[in-house]
Amino acid sequence: MIERTPILNIVTHLILFVGLLMLMVPLYLTFTAATLTMEQISQIPPRLLPGDQLFVNIAEAWTRSDFSQKFVNSFILATGVVTGKVILAAMTAFGIVFFNHRLRMPIFWLVFITLMLPLEVRIVPTYAVAANALTPFQAILDATGLSRLIAWISGVEVHLEWNLLNSYTGLILPLVATATGTFLYRQFFLTIPDELVEAAQMDGAGPVRFLIEHLVPLSRTNIAALATIMFVYSWNQYLWPLLVVTDPSYGVVAVELGHLVPNSNSTGGGDPQWHLAMAGTLIVMVPPVLVVIFMQRWFVRGLINTDK
Amino acid sequence: MADINIRKVAKAYGKTQVVHGIDLDILDREFIVILGPSGCGKSTLLRMIAGLEAISSGEIAIDGKVVNDIEPRARGCAMVFQNYALYPHMTVAQNIGYALKVAGISRAERDQRIATVAATLDISDYLDRKPGQLSGGQRQRVAMGRAMIREPKVFLFDEPLSNLDAKLRVQMRLEIRRLHQRLNATSVFVTHDQVEAMTLADRLVVMNAGHVEQVGSAEELYERPASKYVGGFIGSPHMNFLKGQIADDGCSVVLEAGPTLPINPRIGRAAPGAAVDIGIRPEHARRTGEGANLTVRYDFLEELGNGRLFHGRVGDSDFIVQSADKTPPAFGEEIGLRIDPFHIHLFDGETGVRLQEIASVAPARTRALEPA
Repeated sequence: MIERTPILNIVTHLILFVGLLMLMVPLYLTFTAATLTMEQISQIPPRLLPGDQLFVNIAEAWTRSDFSQKFVNSFILATGVVTGKVILAAMTAFGIVFFNHRLRMPIFWLVFITLMLPLEVRIVPTYAVAANALTPFQAILDATGLSRLIAWISGVEVHLEWNLLNSYTGLILPLVATATGTFLYRQFFLTIPDELVEAAQMDGAGPVRFLIEHLVPLSRTNIAALATIMFVYSWNQYLWPLLVVTDPSYGVVAVELGHLVPNSNSTGGGDPQWHLAMAGTLIVMVPPVLVVIFMQRWFVRGLINTDK
Repeated sequence: MADINIRKVAKAYGKTQVVHGIDLDILDREFIVILGPSGCGKSTLLRMIAGLEAISSGEIAIDGKVVNDIEPRARGCAMVFQNYALYPHMTVAQNIGYALKVAGISRAERDQRIATVAATLDISDYLDRKPGQLSGGQRQRVAMGRAMIREPKVFLFDEPLSNLDAKLRVQMRLEIRRLHQRLNATSVFVTHDQVEAMTLADRLVVMNAGHVEQVGSAEELYERPASKYVGGFIGSPHMNFLKGQIADDGCSVVLEAGPTLPINPRIGRAAPGAAVDIGIRPEHARRTGEGANLTVRYDFLEELGNGRLFHGRVGDSDFIVQSADKTPPAFGEEIGLRIDPFHIHLFDGETGVRLQEIASVAPARTRALEPA
């Protein structure tokens, strides 16, 4: 198609450029701030050229925030969420799309509702459940009178408790239980022709085999996309880890970064050490950026090798 | 080795009945073609044999064993799909060998059988490619290889040639027929293309709106269609139909358009005065100057190379005459035709049922038993 629209071209490029600026300026400021000393950063007017303190600041931020431990924790959290999500969502979507059973629509809608109720909205009940993951079962037992029955028969008071606070499980599970991935898979599974399913059936493949040998390889690019999104999402988690973790040995980078950012609590009325906060920000940004860059190459490969 | 017995098989989706109580016996090693327009239930019937569709009522037995509640994989059928349904993420070799892999057959044996099948189908050079890198004809072969490798008792074909271009279609048609002969399996082939059906089939099953209209060899269907529907469906160009009434003597038909045509006197069921449709095949209407018993008002000509189709009208009905005659008439000219009474098909004016005795529909086995 040939289009000659010079004015439109200029305008669109201007808009793109403005967008680029809006994205890059904060990044640049972060980087500059991370290279300055305490005195330079407190200057007025603020200094916009980088200094030479980058590695000093990074080292200082690293030790002060105990990032060695926090990075390990964040990696465990992120990979846990990615793995759990990729597997759980694939299985849920598989059940919703390929099986015709009576509970199909109810389950679909239950999953759909979680899409409208993200973790932030239901954070208080989720916390209550995390404090004792067996609360719902206890409630069922109590409501049905079963616990009284058991107490009456055996003399044992039923008291179920499984505390998830301050544990990796508690960090990971609530982030896995959301609907986004399920929908991504569902949309893809719906595009798979019925004939393919039937051909596999004729070849004798059962449902589990079909999922593992056909659907998973076919959804490679979807899995890559979902993994990327979920990695960045869980790496950046702040609110939930803040609530569920009180033991610093389970702390994650995003929360720790919050502690680096100067406020009256952390500085104790001292000077705000923005250069360290920015250096910390730079470190924390690296893994998600790497993941995106790495996975992006993977998407592209998946897209070029389109086997119809 | 398997015969298929279909007894009173019906299929309904909710309240919509798509297949109405079909009875059909398919013999061992027979090539059966189910022919009908889209939506007539032919694919549904095939899918019920395959086990991809539940049977609402009635029963299907393969090799004497009722398979109603047996899973597709245990029925011993292999299927070739309309859009081939190759696994896009697997190579050709993996596609062909997948059923064996599922069945837990060792890698060495698998490779050997894949090689044999690939050689048969002439696709040995493409074994490492993905389906996306193949042409339509090659994909079709891979789909057939995937069905063949299991050495099934029954081959099911669901309009497998409809996505190929005309030349390739003819070629694949012959190959399917050749394979059928070599493999000694029972084949059920679904299509809406009557030429395909007639060339492939030992016996044809013509379906219409969920019913079987007629079962028989291509010749029987052509010579003695059981209903007006079959008459119109089989044969190209299609049969001409004219409305009329049986004359008082019972030996001729008075057409609505005027003329009276003598008919074959051996009519069983037509009473004088009954409303009938008569069918005349375009190739059976002979142009003649003298002794014409029907005239057609000429409209235009279709040149086929090996013959010509003269289109015209008799009264309000279209009428086609096939003839090698080279002289085109002038527009609107009346062409005289001579129709042999033995070439006139009589159908009931209301039900469309044939009013002459029908040849027995006993299975024609002649072609199946010919040496390959």
